[in-house]
Amino acid sequence: MLLQPDLGLLFWMLVSFGIVFFILAKFGFPIIVKMVDDRKAFIDKSLDAAKAANERLAGIQEESERILKQSRDEEIRILKEAQDTRSKIIGEAKEQAAVEAGKLIAEAKAAIQKEKEMAIRDIRNQVADLSISVAEKVLRKNLDNPSAQRELVQKLIEEAQKN
Amino acid sequence: MNHLLRNIILVIFLFVGMQAYSEPDHPEKEKAGLDVTELIMDHVADAYEWHITTFGHTHVSIPLPVIIKSDNSGWHIFSSARFEHGHAEYQGFYLSPEGNNKGKIVEKDASGEEVRPVDISITKNACSLLLSSAFLIILVLSCARWYKQRQGKPEEASPKGFIGLIEMLIMSIVDDVAKPCIGKNYKRYAPYLLTVFFFIFFNNLLGIIPIFPGGANVTGNIAVTCVLAVCTFIIVNIYGTKEYWKEIFWPDVPMWLKIPLPIMPAIELVGVFTKPFALMIRLFANILAGHAIVLGLTCMIFLTVSLGAAMNTGMGILSVVMTIFIDFVELLVAFIQAYVFTMLSAVFIGLSQVEPHHVKG
Repeated sequence: MLLQPDLGLLFWMLVSFGIVFFILAKFGFPIIVKMVDDRKAFIDKSLDAAKAANERLAGIQEESERILKQSRDEEIRILKEAQDTRSKIIGEAKEQAAVEAGKLIAEAKAAIQKEKEMAIRDIRNQVADLSISVAEKVLRKNLDNPSAQRELVQKLIEEAQKN
Repeated sequence: MNHLLRNIILVIFLFVGMQAYSEPDHPEKEKAGLDVTELIMDHVADAYEWHITTFGHTHVSIPLPVIIKSDNSGWHIFSSARFEHGHAEYQGFYLSPEGNNKGKIVEKDASGEEVRPVDISITKNACSLLLSSAFLIILVLSCARWYKQRQGKPEEASPKGFIGLIEMLIMSIVDDVAKPCIGKNYKRYAPYLLTVFFFIFFNNLLGIIPIFPGGANVTGNIAVTCVLAVCTFIIVNIYGTKEYWKEIFWPDVPMWLKIPLPIMPAIELVGVFTKPFALMIRLFANILAGHAIVLGLTCMIFLTVSLGAAMNTGMGILSVVMTIFIDFVELLVAFIQAYVFTMLSAVFIGLSQVEPHHVKG
């Protein structure tokens, strides 16, 4: 009895299963499965995006470190250069000053020498002139006594001084 | 621990109470002679009314519509209450008391022979089927609606609770059954497999609930499993590839197995029919057996009444413990049988989707 399928129940089973299948296969399961697939795709995409962002972040960090290091190096280099320049300028200035000073001293020495020579020559000339004029005066006046001579010499010297 | 103790005491008291109630029934039962086989058969078989309980001599049951077409008097639609639980005749129709048509609606033909009219009455199983189908449709569509409201916003479509459970079941069928068993075309057959799974699972679960919307032995009825198996059979054979038919009628075996006697083709052809047949019998027998065991264990209480109060109480407690255990097993079976039916359907569909072998060994 149990193994004999009943016609009425077969009919109702066919109807109800058919309706359930039609409705669920059209409006039920595909929507759910599709949404779950969409969600999966979304999650996969998000994970990829997060990974890419992470990679980019790591890249940026590396880049910033690199730039920082570069700028520090640059700073050191510039400072060193400035120092070099400074010491070079000072050195040059010193050198130049020394040269200039040397030159000035040499010039001054030369001028002094020249003055000295000129003065000596002048003195010599004057002494010669003086000697000549004294001699002339001595010769011109007849001097008989030594007091008159001394007086004369005195007079001559005064004259010479006046000149 | 306290809870456990309290529950055990509660169960024992319930039993003593039940004992007190069943005692007055005792002489009547003795007189009627409790026929366990008949009781179980009555419960697992179909009926024209939905019997809920019996108080003394009053049957509490829901009458269901009877729809029959007699050869001589045409269509009749009336309530099954007209039969007064099988005691009355209505418009020449009555419930056959014995024989092949026992319990079915019959009428007398011109020669006085008992014949069955065309009977598409909404019986207990049919009613349960319609109810569960409606429930199932509402359930799945409400889930689908939840997803539809979040269409285009996949970041919000992660459900919790009940919808999450349904999603888990759906995705486990799609990803773990349909995809590996069928292969690349699985999307086409997934809705069918899902419908079959949820239909069987839902009806199995309803069958375990002992009161009104449940309790009918739907998936343990051969007509129901027959329709399901035929659906699988049709899908397997309609969408079968050329290679599938070639493997049936001209398989890759030594020539003497095909000519002059087509031994292998005959075996293969039988196989085409045995596969869905096995599906039908497996589900039917498993669910039927589950119902029968639960009922049998429950009957143990009433069978041992004559052995005295102490024995009866002891057996009653044992019976309840066993029934609870078997009910848990049945919960498992409800899922497993639905899963197995779905998986084997998927496997058979997958087998019919064979592609030609490129490499021959």
